[in-house]
Amino acid sequence: MGIFDFYLLETIINGVLFGGVLALLALGLNLVFGVIDVIWIAYAEIVMVGMYIIYYLNVVLGWPLVFAALASILGVGVVGLLVHALIISPLLDTPPINQLLATGGLLFFLQSFATLIFGAEFRNLGLSMPILQFFELYISFSRLLAFGTALVGMIALYLFLTRTYIGTAIRAVAQDREIMSLMGVNTRKVYLITSAVGGGMAGLAAILLVLQQDVHPFIGYTFGPITFMICVMGGLGNLLGGFLAAFIMSQIISIGSFYVSTELAYVIAFILFIAVMFIRPEGLFQRRA
Amino acid sequence: MLTLRDVSAGYGSFQALFEISLEVSAGEAVAVIGPNGAGKTTLLRVISGQLPILSGSITLQGRSLLGLPAHRFIEEGIAHCPENRRLFPRMTVEDNLRMGAFIPTARRHFAERLDWVYALFPRLRERRGQLAGTLSGGEQQMCALGRALMSHPKLLLLDEPSAGLAPVLVMQVFDLVRRIRAEGFTVLIVEQNIQQALELVDRAYLLEVGKVKLSGTAGELKNNQFLRQAYMGL
Repeated sequence: MGIFDFYLLETIINGVLFGGVLALLALGLNLVFGVIDVIWIAYAEIVMVGMYIIYYLNVVLGWPLVFAALASILGVGVVGLLVHALIISPLLDTPPINQLLATGGLLFFLQSFATLIFGAEFRNLGLSMPILQFFELYISFSRLLAFGTALVGMIALYLFLTRTYIGTAIRAVAQDREIMSLMGVNTRKVYLITSAVGGGMAGLAAILLVLQQDVHPFIGYTFGPITFMICVMGGLGNLLGGFLAAFIMSQIISIGSFYVSTELAYVIAFILFIAVMFIRPEGLFQRRA
Repeated sequence: MLTLRDVSAGYGSFQALFEISLEVSAGEAVAVIGPNGAGKTTLLRVISGQLPILSGSITLQGRSLLGLPAHRFIEEGIAHCPENRRLFPRMTVEDNLRMGAFIPTARRHFAERLDWVYALFPRLRERRGQLAGTLSGGEQQMCALGRALMSHPKLLLLDEPSAGLAPVLVMQVFDLVRRIRAEGFTVLIVEQNIQQALELVDRAYLLEVGKVKLSGTAGELKNNQFLRQAYMGL
């Protein structure tokens, strides 16, 4: 009985650690949607770009992992900026379906581009991360590291949004974009900065994922859908809602995997998502209009 | 200080302003009065650069404002407190005031200006951490005025500050505007509340269907037969 409880506790802890990564993944997407009112369908593939950046710099060029990781944040931040400048900005005043289709096109472009350069093989950093033991609890170090980094990233974003003028302006644009020029704010610039920050968050998420998973051109499919689900469940554009929804989903998946199976746990999570959409289509943590 | 010469403007094929000429001198309070749809809000939007003009000229202290992007007007010294207050409802009072001080010249004086606004409207200091959307109507108007003052504008544009408020609060808001005047700000105010507005300002313009129908000092207009009959029911 004592051992059994330890397994469950381990499961819950792993759920929390997994939730941190999911929360970070949701954050970038949510930020961009909340501020610019645009959904980056290719978000998971943009994360993938970061994973390949780290893989290429660390494994192929032999950079230290820390520098490769920083390059991922910066590199994907630039990708975010370019996505906005080249794809979203020209379509900003057209119907939303155009933006969806355009970033959907970007998804296939990035997949094909990755296949062209790196092939379809699974690649990894070849790291072997230790398993930590606390009494009878076994926790994977890479998960703990991922969780810690996610937490730091989220706190940094929080401070940026609440303690700086441009961060305050980013939150303000999400609430009333039309009067921003009366405040002296150039919304085009705010959109670019938001996209770069959203990209940077995706680049940070890439670090956490590449520590635990192999990267391949279709990796986006493994975490893309759940990221979108979390954002929608928390109320699209609601950063706090997405954060909480990430932990709810990760616990369902983690505990579900423990009692039944991983596959069924995902089925349960998706059923819950559908149920939420019927009961509260605006998301669990409704965003006031 | 502010001079409009033959300004015409509109939305698409709809022309809202026809050759408006208007002047506001430094230290003056001027009202633009008139019925719904006369173009009062449009006129303020033109002055704060939100709406490009079709013809005419706008100058502030002799400098032309034509062709300047909308977000640059506040740097020139024009702050616009828009219709319906338009606070950021899910941000605190203090963050709303911070947005009013977004431009670099105002940022440098943020702390002292904040103290000054709190001294002018002590209620805001009490509510500083509260979300703006949860304030009462009168407090929201205070916050909107405070936000517009954070940039220490040369010219303050007020669009119907008394709209949507209970009669008691309307008096309070006019009091707030009086306090702002007493601080030496130049104010251009749009009001439907004609009698109240004329008590507050030095001069006024009456707008009707996008044209200046009448203008004069507050005293002259108060005794103008046409205005009294058509708009004040006297």
